Amino acid sequence: MTKFLQTLMDGVAVGSLYALIALGYTMVYGILQFINFAHSDVFVLGAWVSYTIAVTLGYAAANAEPSVFAGLLILFAAMATCGAVGFTIERLAYRPLRNAPRLNVLITAIGVSLLLQNVGQLPWFFGTQPQRMPSLIEDKVLGVVSGVSIHAVDVIGAGTAIVLMLILEWLIFRTRLGRAMRAVSHDTAVASLMGINVDAVISFTFVLGSALAAAAGFLYAMKYPGLNQPAHATWVLLGLKAFVAAVIGGIGNVRGAMLGGFLIGAIELFGAAYLSPHLRDIYVFSILIVVLLVRPSGILGSTVAEKV
Amino acid sequence: MKPKHALVSLVLLGLLGCGGGGGDKGAGGSTTAPAGGGAASGSGPILVGHFGSMTGSEATFGQSTDNGIRLAVKEQNAAGGVKGRMIEIKTYDDQGKSQEAGTAVTRLITDDKVAAVLGEVASSLSLAGGRVAQQYGVPMISPSSTNPQVTQIGDKIFRVCFLDPFQGWVEAKFARETLKANTAAILYDQAQAYSKGLAQYFKEAFVQMGGTITTEQAFTGGDQDFSAQLTTIRQTNPDVILVPGYYTDAGNVAIQVRKLGIKAPLLGGDGWDSTQLAAIGKDAIEGSYFSNHYSFQEKRPEVENFVSKYEAAHGQKPDGLAALGYDAARLLFDAMGRAASLDGTALAKAIAETKDFPGVTGKITIDAERNAKKSAVIVQMKGGIPVYVTTIEPQQ
Repeated sequence: MTKFLQTLMDGVAVGSLYALIALGYTMVYGILQFINFAHSDVFVLGAWVSYTIAVTLGYAAANAEPSVFAGLLILFAAMATCGAVGFTIERLAYRPLRNAPRLNVLITAIGVSLLLQNVGQLPWFFGTQPQRMPSLIEDKVLGVVSGVSIHAVDVIGAGTAIVLMLILEWLIFRTRLGRAMRAVSHDTAVASLMGINVDAVISFTFVLGSALAAAAGFLYAMKYPGLNQPAHATWVLLGLKAFVAAVIGGIGNVRGAMLGGFLIGAIELFGAAYLSPHLRDIYVFSILIVVLLVRPSGILGSTVAEKV
Repeated sequence: MKPKHALVSLVLLGLLGCGGGGGDKGAGGSTTAPAGGGAASGSGPILVGHFGSMTGSEATFGQSTDNGIRLAVKEQNAAGGVKGRMIEIKTYDDQGKSQEAGTAVTRLITDDKVAAVLGEVASSLSLAGGRVAQQYGVPMISPSSTNPQVTQIGDKIFRVCFLDPFQGWVEAKFARETLKANTAAILYDQAQAYSKGLAQYFKEAFVQMGGTITTEQAFTGGDQDFSAQLTTIRQTNPDVILVPGYYTDAGNVAIQVRKLGIKAPLLGGDGWDSTQLAAIGKDAIEGSYFSNHYSFQEKRPEVENFVSKYEAAHGQKPDGLAALGYDAARLLFDAMGRAASLDGTALAKAIAETKDFPGVTGKITIDAERNAKKSAVIVQMKGGIPVYVTTIEPQQ
């Protein structure tokens, strides 16, 4: 029972991060029908920007007091930075290719991804060494439930992720801007005929997705403070798993991405705990194959008729 | 094309693209190097190659080794070089990746025409680079790869450090006799030959000494979530946990071990030897032990002499990899001095004949399997530095 609860808790914590990253993939796909492979690098950027700000503010010092206020400040700063980077990527790399074949944009995305990975390794950015993220949330055990100690950092992490997802849900389904996003996603041409500024909506989507990825990066760095160097293969794998989460949930569907994220987190951790930790990545990708065979549009994805 | 097929192919294409992208970011991997001066014959400087992980998760391995090698080169040149010629060292970064290690050694041998190759630290990378060196018949000395397979590649591949069967035995002996551990759990890196080997040798020795292995768990280097493995380990309540990985992973494991409330001490191998271990592990790594090739706190004259020279040159305490890099380079220069010529066969013969060479990490005699037999030290992390605990001699 202890093992089950512990695994469930970790699954939710990891899953909420996958969900945050998956949202960025799915929103961009929903609007532009292309997979932004630079998205996972924006997530990495979020983690490393958080680290850089935390160190600059002096939280790496041995006597630094953890402070939730500083945590929030760094979270928002990282989200703002990555939002700006997301905006720039879309403006410079993707917008000129708006009417090009999708494959061209996809290849450009991989190029942007490599660019971000390698620039991140330069000495005047993040360097090539792994680093320790300073702790901003006091390491407190909130309580023990049948042998499983519940840590403040996990609760705050998962809580923040869920709050951000609720805000996104509200933004997309309850605001004018969200309605515009859904309209552009539904039919770009008609939306622009109705007076929606399509370019602005697309820019906003990138900013939103990148900010969520940055939040995921920050929360990841809080949970796993030993940050791998910016171009480590582990980051690529994390991004791929989040992408799989988006596909499983139904790519283009926001609620699907959240569902997919939690599902992938649970599958990975329960598989590792109860079957074998040797194969933890394989469970995730096997599920992807099964979903693509049985329900190619994903769990919540709708089979849209081809536009003529 | 129906939309679902379009999506499937897009997904597959994306996965392919990203997989390729992850492994192919070797910056500058294809730039041509200036041609070396034909080291094996002629006059001019003798070129020696070093391949190591100057960047990446094991960056301090390559950097420390390179510092040690360069110190040895500087001293050798100040003393007149080898056979009246200066030594020149050429270092290539393999980023801690096997495919890059093979490329680096190929470049050293075919483009730069080095007389001998020094490297690597990680056994998987020495295996990749060693196969290339053996194929071209150029002698290679690994300063610190401890997996037995490395020198089994062929008659041109040597090492100046002890082997993992010994290191595993040392750790088991320390765990049983000093820590009085009856049970041990193992968490190893399934992607590293070094880690898998060391886990195996520790297990054999520990069981032979009457201990019990409660569970063996695996991760893949770079993983950051060990909760599933550690939850299983916690259930078996071991007296000690062996983590025979590299320092970045060891730091990450330690953080989560303590977070899960596991109190058992962690035990590691020479792969932990880096200033980054404490930088990442911080409080979590305090009190953990690891076996190593030497400690800068040892009171031997060779060590004290080396530590002061190294500190003057590089401004930090030399770790075990720096000491082994220094020893490997000096042993190579000694063999070069004795060798009839600098061609691969003659040089390999001279290296193989090395006997009682006075290294910083102990006396080095190359045996018939091209290995060295040496003692090991155990150190404990205290206040962010590895503190010398004891020396364990090999069985006779």
